[in-house]
Amino acid sequence: MSTLGDICAVACADLFRGDGAIMASPMAPIPRLGVLLARKTFAPDLVLSDGIATLVDDDGKPEGWMPFSRVFDTLWNARRHVVMGASQIDRHANQNLSCLGDHARPKVQLLGSRGAPGNTVCHTTSYWVPDHSTRVFVPDVDFVSGVGMARGAAEIRRIVTNLCVMGVSATDGCIRLVSVHPGVTLEKVIESTGFAMHIPDHVPATRAPHADEAALLELLDPGAKIRGTVTA
Amino acid sequence: MSPQVMTPEDVVAELRDGMTLGIGGWGSRRKPMTLVKAIARSGLKDLTVVSYGGPDVGILCALGKVRKLVFGFVSLDSIPLEPHFRKAREQGTLEEIMELDEGMFQLGLRAAAWNLPFLPTRAGLGSDVLNVNREIKTIRSPYADHTELVAMPALRLDAAIVHMNRADARGNAQFLGPDPYFDDLFCMAADRAYVSCEKLELADVDLTRHLLNRTMVHGVIEAPGGAWFTECPPDYNRNEALQKQYAASARDLASWDAFVKEHLS
Repeated sequence: MSTLGDICAVACADLFRGDGAIMASPMAPIPRLGVLLARKTFAPDLVLSDGIATLVDDDGKPEGWMPFSRVFDTLWNARRHVVMGASQIDRHANQNLSCLGDHARPKVQLLGSRGAPGNTVCHTTSYWVPDHSTRVFVPDVDFVSGVGMARGAAEIRRIVTNLCVMGVSATDGCIRLVSVHPGVTLEKVIESTGFAMHIPDHVPATRAPHADEAALLELLDPGAKIRGTVTA
Repeated sequence: MSPQVMTPEDVVAELRDGMTLGIGGWGSRRKPMTLVKAIARSGLKDLTVVSYGGPDVGILCALGKVRKLVFGFVSLDSIPLEPHFRKAREQGTLEEIMELDEGMFQLGLRAAAWNLPFLPTRAGLGSDVLNVNREIKTIRSPYADHTELVAMPALRLDAAIVHMNRADARGNAQFLGPDPYFDDLFCMAADRAYVSCEKLELADVDLTRHLLNRTMVHGVIEAPGGAWFTECPPDYNRNEALQKQYAASARDLASWDAFVKEHLS
């Protein structure tokens, strides 16, 4: 029986299908687990940093140098797929990392825009939201750090949350529901999202890991220390 | 001119109220904290601080030394949100800010280093970074593509302070850790650059470790432990316990006063 953490890790791995030899930049443990799983299975060419300045291969051996200056080179070169977090995401898939409230005098100051404007406009971006709620999914973000499709994003591929997988509509760039995780109801997803999304007539369940993937996940995350953090 | 070997107080004596000051390092990594502490103890005020922000920004904001902050983020890394910076923003004590994408920030430094008015980039297009910084303009490619791009203006610095692992008295300096960050750009973007170092003696290492040369540096300061509680590998890791204490001192005025009394006065 798969846990929610397994489902989310596999959904994060699936983000990288077809990406080839690009730099994968997961910004949290669950998407990082997804990248490692993808690399051990269907995406062996993905390039991954240790989170400091060294590229490490599948065996954990150093294979390159990636200080921040080269991260910028790589992202402007567009051979990168980032999985960022988000304090807010709106119906147009704009993302906010900067602050809540008025930018001139914020109610809550967050991290700042970081690399979100450049990432989204230059290369493929996905998001991982571990706490899907109407606090995160709002009609309009307070500050647009990462841009959605209508504002010129290169590609918003998927948003993986603890409840579901979302994407963006090819017609209007707005958020659409892709799949709901097993054990989560469609109603729960709808009531946890602060705007109306595109919902297909038939909503599939997010896939569970295959047997070989489940074994690899246990190897990569012994005792589910990372996967165990995901709750609905 | 050849650089001088200086004390932190000598550096402060060359700075003026209202100056634009670049601070090297990244987040809570290899920050020139001995020099930041010297500024903290001084009467300097109304600074424009340009930084990939960490505790340098938090401390100078909390002490009311910053009139304007230019930043892409402010973070303590292991503590993602910098509590003193948050407080300054939420209480409205910063007169002016320029919030940038961190890549735009780099290009602003590079434009200044290369004596250019701006450098073009896609970073920032469509985002609110352009809406809250009306002085940042876009430009159209003069070539057949006619692409609209952000014209990131040069971030010219009056002075820069950076911390390196090793330096010599002539102003050559080495980073021995994993990442040079953008300390070379900070120095080249500044009219005067001051480099503190763990040890005033170059290490016998590969020449690619020589990040700064004599053309970039005006003053060298020997400051063992000069990154304070921020990390400075391979010399030392971050002092997480002290960083926690620093972060907790944002809780109330009494905690901050006690922290200042113990560490910053």
